[in-house]
Amino acid sequence: MYALRQWSVRHARGLERLYAGLERVLVGLRPLFARIGYERLEPPVAAMERGAKGLLFDCRMCGQCILSDTGMSCPMNCPKSLRNGPCGGVRPNGHCEVKPEMRCVWVAAWEGAQRMNGGTTILDLQPPVDHRLWGRSSWLRVAREKGVPGRPPAHG
Amino acid sequence: MVERRDLDLLHDPGAPLPSLPGHSSRGRLERVLRDGKFAVTAELNPPDSADPEEVYERALVLSEVCDAINATDASGANTHMSSVGISSLLTRAGYAVVMQISCRDRNRIAIQGDVLGAAAMGVANILCLTGDGVQAGDQPAAKPVFDLDSISLLETIRTMRDESRFLSGRKITRPPQVFLGAAANPFAPPYEYRALHMGKKISAGAQFIQTQYCFDLPLFERFMDRVRALGLHEKCFILAGVGPLASARAARWMRSNVPGIHIPDAVIGRLEGANNQKAEGKRLCIELIQQIREIKGVAGVHVMAYRQEELVSEIITQSGIMEARQARERTSAAPRLSRYRPSETNR
Ligand code: SF4
Repeated sequence: MYALRQWSVRHARGLERLYAGLERVLVGLRPLFARIGYERLEPPVAAMERGAKGLLFDCRMCGQCILSDTGMSCPMNCPKSLRNGPCGGVRPNGHCEVKPEMRCVWVAAWEGAQRMNGGTTILDLQPPVDHRLWGRSSWLRVAREKGVPGRPPAHG
Repeated sequence: MVERRDLDLLHDPGAPLPSLPGHSSRGRLERVLRDGKFAVTAELNPPDSADPEEVYERALVLSEVCDAINATDASGANTHMSSVGISSLLTRAGYAVVMQISCRDRNRIAIQGDVLGAAAMGVANILCLTGDGVQAGDQPAAKPVFDLDSISLLETIRTMRDESRFLSGRKITRPPQVFLGAAANPFAPPYEYRALHMGKKISAGAQFIQTQYCFDLPLFERFMDRVRALGLHEKCFILAGVGPLASARAARWMRSNVPGIHIPDAVIGRLEGANNQKAEGKRLCIELIQQIREIKGVAGVHVMAYRQEELVSEIITQSGIMEARQARERTSAAPRLSRYRPSETNR
């Protein structure tokens, strides 16, 4: 929801802390998840994630969440799906070139990042989207891959 | 087109300049910039036609006063002759080209193929762009692709060039030797982030930057202050975007219809108050070039004269850039790259 999504950016700091806690829990549950099986867990966990993040961030379930690096403003709401920063078309009032009624997600991201402790990761280079992951749970990916050597760092 | 045939005879279109240590490309633009000369690039308005002469006519006018010609990739999301097509015509005739690639219309498979094709044709410079949204152009019903963004595109081409592999990891037998560029828009929010964002492009592989049209000098100066504070002007060559405004009406139209263009009211007011608005627009552009040239960290200008190519050469000549450069060239021990010797105007 648009209004809630703006709220989330204003509360990026709190959400950052909340997520750090969630991530610890997810990684802690790794043995349990492994026993149940990630593929079996995928549908219910993805549904939960979609519900929660959909409400707070208008999450699109790209399956490779980088909210922690984008000031809690979901980059997949950018009509150009830019994951590395704003385009050059941002309007003088900070609204989007493509959707004039919407605030540019990167104007919001920049604001949110400044409220966060780890906000400088907005400068990290993000790889292109892996389009095979749409609809899958980022949380489970974090549980499975976070801190595992040889795996790319996963975010939630 | 007698002139072009003459040029054709003088050029060996297939022969790039000899490679130099530390250079990514064998192109003229990179040499001029690394030589510390104030560089000039200019945008060619792409034809809505299949006639190659239309490209050559425009290129001839521009080539006299610039180090490389930008072949745009459906800018403003309007359909025109493609940047690949224009680049192919221009390199065939021996011109130096900056081939623009926008992420709006092609996915990573198509783009990586185009990069190899372009390098094979002799394109020495590639400018990586996100691209204007499809809503801005003549085909608003088109599917926007945006599979990559300008930054992941930069990184992709840099990997192709420096590590000889595609994004997939598959090997490339002969890597594309290209000088990599990106755009920057200091005139759009979030203003405080813009220099950092340019830095991000540099870390992704940008070696030169062409900025959006500059009409607001104080804003540009603030941006450059930040750029210098971050030391970015030492890591890449920054070419400031400039161009003549045809009239106050045209300026207003651009401001409200072309994404990312910021024109202060004072500039429009100055045009409105002039007897001859077109001449005033040109004068304003020349003044801006002269002022921009004094800003520390600016390595050149990128001239975009929408439907006014004939003005570009007058603007460059009257701005005095060339004289300053020739004076320096005469005393320079570096290889002579006088723009007036056609065999070296190229690439
Ligand atoms: S203005 Fe912002 S939200 Fe809109 S397309 Fe550009 S970066 Fe995306």
